[in-house]
Amino acid sequence: MTDNPYNFAYLDEQTKRMIRRAILKAVAIPGYQVPFASREMPMPYGWGTGGVQVTAAILGPKDVLKVIDQGADDTTNAVSIRAFFAKTAGVQTTTATAEATIIQTRHRIPEAPLGEDQVLVYQVPIPEPLRFLEPRETETRTMHALSEYGLMHVKLYEDIARFGHIATSYAYPVEVAGRYVMDPSPIPKFDNPKMDDCPALQLFGAGREKRIYAIPPHTRVVSLDFDDHPFERNRFSQPCALCGAGDSYLDEVVTDDRGGRLFVCSDTDYCEGRREAGHRGHQPGGPERKEAAE
Amino acid sequence: MTPPRLEAGFADPVIEGQAAFRATMDAMARPGRIVVLPGVRTAPEGLAPAACAAILALCDFETPLWLSPAMAAHGPYLRFHTGAPLTADVAAAAFALVDAAQDGIDLARFAQGVPAYPDRSATIVAQMPSLRDGAPLVIAGPGIAATQDMRVAGLPADFARQWAANRASFPLGVDLILAAGDEALALPRSARIIEGNG
Repeated sequence: MTDNPYNFAYLDEQTKRMIRRAILKAVAIPGYQVPFASREMPMPYGWGTGGVQVTAAILGPKDVLKVIDQGADDTTNAVSIRAFFAKTAGVQTTTATAEATIIQTRHRIPEAPLGEDQVLVYQVPIPEPLRFLEPRETETRTMHALSEYGLMHVKLYEDIARFGHIATSYAYPVEVAGRYVMDPSPIPKFDNPKMDDCPALQLFGAGREKRIYAIPPHTRVVSLDFDDHPFERNRFSQPCALCGAGDSYLDEVVTDDRGGRLFVCSDTDYCEGRREAGHRGHQPGGPERKEAAE
Repeated sequence: MTPPRLEAGFADPVIEGQAAFRATMDAMARPGRIVVLPGVRTAPEGLAPAACAAILALCDFETPLWLSPAMAAHGPYLRFHTGAPLTADVAAAAFALVDAAQDGIDLARFAQGVPAYPDRSATIVAQMPSLRDGAPLVIAGPGIAATQDMRVAGLPADFARQWAANRASFPLGVDLILAAGDEALALPRSARIIEGNG
């Protein structure tokens, strides 16, 4: 016996088995949303209860867990979930992408390439890519069963008609293994290409909506587009102000009330790693240094 | 009459159950690749430790379990350790435990799921004589970078045909976990046999 009053990783064993069975079916049917009996967790819906349940079901004592929220290891959601598993499972946690065996993420895919021995667990708010086009679950189920995705193409086409390009910039729909259209959770479309042929297993958990789905390793994931309007990854006009990276997804940080702003890596581990390796952006000290110079 | 002696299940159900599931998940995510399931050391005579571990890790009162005739003797053990109801109705089973060498495998008899819910399909745990010295098969599909070789012994002569039919009805179909000794590999319905005639 230990002093830990919780079962390993919080959930009871029957709940874990139920989630594990759903995960196996999700892996066997890539992109298909498997219903599961989502439990109440000691955090509100919308704070990653789906991802937390998936992580709890797969987590073992030898795992090393990393949790990111919009790319950052040090934001409230990430810190709380990391602390939750450190407390209930006693697992080792890390902020280094390369050291983690399980990475739970809210709305980003790490910049560092993932490896075969890693599992990426996404927190998903609304798993149904067709939901805003067709509110009835019975109808969207049938549409998936029939591979009837014309409506999604109409939506993307309407973007082009209205804005001249596909204006969807996050939760950009993808087709998985040539069959199911899937919501990649609200990751920026910048991250979409990382899902394709990824060596790591990707699991998606939606707690409130009670769905689990998956992308097996080395699976073809195609962002929906048109021949004459191909999918384009968004690009940034400047590199990260702190580390100078030109290949990462940037967050805009407002630094004062006079229009000052910085663009910095959203992936904090990637940015820190680059700075430790000696890379410097045009404002390596951040906003404080700039104000001190003024 | 003395009741049959029941062997122990997982020594530590929480930790070993997780390890057995995780190995099964890795197998399902990388079809055809052999994984080691932390076997149940006290699995009953005639039941492969890996097959036993997979059933103990995944089955409970929610999952009707069907046993092929040669596996029927393990009913009391599995019923006791998992609480899973044993069913005689093949099509109603969520899980099946099959002795492939003795009873063969007939994929089409099992629950295939329905178009709106393809997950309502059977997972078949089949005990094989060996995963390493059978006739070569080459498979491809999600989870496999290029192709994956398999050398499972004891598959039915018409397995490639059966599997092609299973694959053709995707996303419906059954998923296979093949076990021998303390090793297992998985064939999810998304896998295609591209070479060999099992």
